[in-house]
Amino acid sequence: MRFFLRKIAGLLVSAVVASFVVFAFLAVLPGDPAEVALGTNATPDAVAALRHEFGTDRPLVVQYLDWGRGLLHGDFGTSYVTHDLIGPRITDRLGVTCWLAAGGMLVAVLLALPAGVLAAAWHRRAAGTVLSALSQAGIAVPAFLAGILLVYVFAVRAGALPAGGYTPLADDPGEWARHLVLPCLSLGLVQGAVLTRYVRSAVLTVLHQDFLRTARAKGRRRRAALWRHGLPNAAVPVLTVLGLQLSTLLVGAVVVERVFVVPGLGDLLLQGVADRDLLLVQGVVLVLVVAVLVVNVLTDLLYHLADPRLRSR
Amino acid sequence: MRGRYGLALTVGGTLVALVLAAALLSLLWTPYDPVRVDAAHRLAGPGGAHLLGTDQFGRDVASRLMTGARTTVFVGVVAVGSAVLLGVPTGIAAGMSRGVLGGLLMRVGDFLLAFPALLLAIMLAAVYGTSTGTAMVAIGIASAPGFARVSRAATLRVMAAEYVDAARLARRGRWSVALRHVLPNIRDVLIVQTSVAFATAVLAEAALSYLGLGTPPPTPSWGRMLLDSQELLFSRPELCLWPGLAVAAAVLGLNLFGDGLRDRFDPTLEGVR
Repeated sequence: MRFFLRKIAGLLVSAVVASFVVFAFLAVLPGDPAEVALGTNATPDAVAALRHEFGTDRPLVVQYLDWGRGLLHGDFGTSYVTHDLIGPRITDRLGVTCWLAAGGMLVAVLLALPAGVLAAAWHRRAAGTVLSALSQAGIAVPAFLAGILLVYVFAVRAGALPAGGYTPLADDPGEWARHLVLPCLSLGLVQGAVLTRYVRSAVLTVLHQDFLRTARAKGRRRRAALWRHGLPNAAVPVLTVLGLQLSTLLVGAVVVERVFVVPGLGDLLLQGVADRDLLLVQGVVLVLVVAVLVVNVLTDLLYHLADPRLRSR
Repeated sequence: MRGRYGLALTVGGTLVALVLAAALLSLLWTPYDPVRVDAAHRLAGPGGAHLLGTDQFGRDVASRLMTGARTTVFVGVVAVGSAVLLGVPTGIAAGMSRGVLGGLLMRVGDFLLAFPALLLAIMLAAVYGTSTGTAMVAIGIASAPGFARVSRAATLRVMAAEYVDAARLARRGRWSVALRHVLPNIRDVLIVQTSVAFATAVLAEAALSYLGLGTPPPTPSWGRMLLDSQELLFSRPELCLWPGLAVAAAVLGLNLFGDGLRDRFDPTLEGVR
């Protein structure tokens, strides 16, 4: 229990530090949002007035505390560029990105578990080497490139799936799924290739452990011993990698959204960069970083639950 | 088994050498001017005057690939170089002190790990605009914690060795121990990590250029070429193939090279991983 509390406290501290870093990073920069918004021909009076309206004429500490207080209520502030609330825009997009990351994870796990276990079980055979080589090649392909290739095969040549766009789940579940297949595949195939290597090495390590030999000596078949004793033990290191991968997937979704024109957080973030909408960028980056932090802590906790040897500590 | 590890090193080394050679050669010679627009020869097919054809602006694809290799290598060298300069001394210091300072440094590193290169680059781009420089800085900062972590772990191992105790008893100073004993003994680990970080940097650079946040046009970069060719996926799909193959070959080469080196340096890892 103390372990859990300590982890949660650590998460809170990290989240506060993250908000500070993100704020400081974008606040200390040269350039004034009011000047940017009004262009180069603005009169000093107009700039001062807008600065006052934005609140950027106040001391930085006050600005940070104000922004931070808003965040606690889910208020990300009002955009300097579009003049609407940032919070709802983020929550609108967050769901899309989460679907993408979750779908990508599903594909990766469905691919990597069998492939990794087989690659380990067959590691002395040609088939195992082929699987290893395939995963090695898969790692070298960036997700957005996989996306472009998948669009070519399934949208351009086969015409079976849409090349891009998005339909909300509530509007039409069938279309929603059809639009998510290719983005999730492009995220998942690449992550799956990475994960395969970790699964393979985890299973290989377990294969050489004494308890597996004991199980075989007791008369269990190789396959049964692997299922009963090997895989649960191999699961622990794999779980950690899985958590790390989920954060990679969240960030990878930013790029894949661009390939498939999916209106997620990444799309919003890039729009913010193009408009130099710093408050929007600040908000989205913070959401993504906190998501990564939360996933990391959850992984730690899961890791702890999965491995009884760690619980006594 | 030695033969197979030799294979990883050979294949990886060859791919890396090819990319390097293309980058170096592009400094002296390319078949055509990679940024010259030639409206009369738009979308020429492969073969003929243009080995790999031309893009929608009539620019020679082969020349752009070679110059793109230069961009990739340049970004990678600067980014990984700065990550080494930032991360390795930090990691060694953290490993040698082990006190409050060491713990604090690693905390900062762990925290930085939550800031992926891509987010860092996007933030930098929002502030300073897009340029090769922002991409390099972002990738460099994001890769530094990896070096710090690896060098700290390796330093801890070295510090437990008897020859370090001996050096200390001989009243060698901290710097002397760090430079004469720690650094040479963690060199192998660092070389492998450099190879891995370089692969990550190539991927990050391609992704950033693809998002329009890396090297701005007209300077060719593989990511940008992929973005430009995506519009032509219906009519000229092979234009995506070349820059895509280039990225994949570079990353595959670096990964294989790193794996090969690791096995060469540490035979106990044979088969595991």
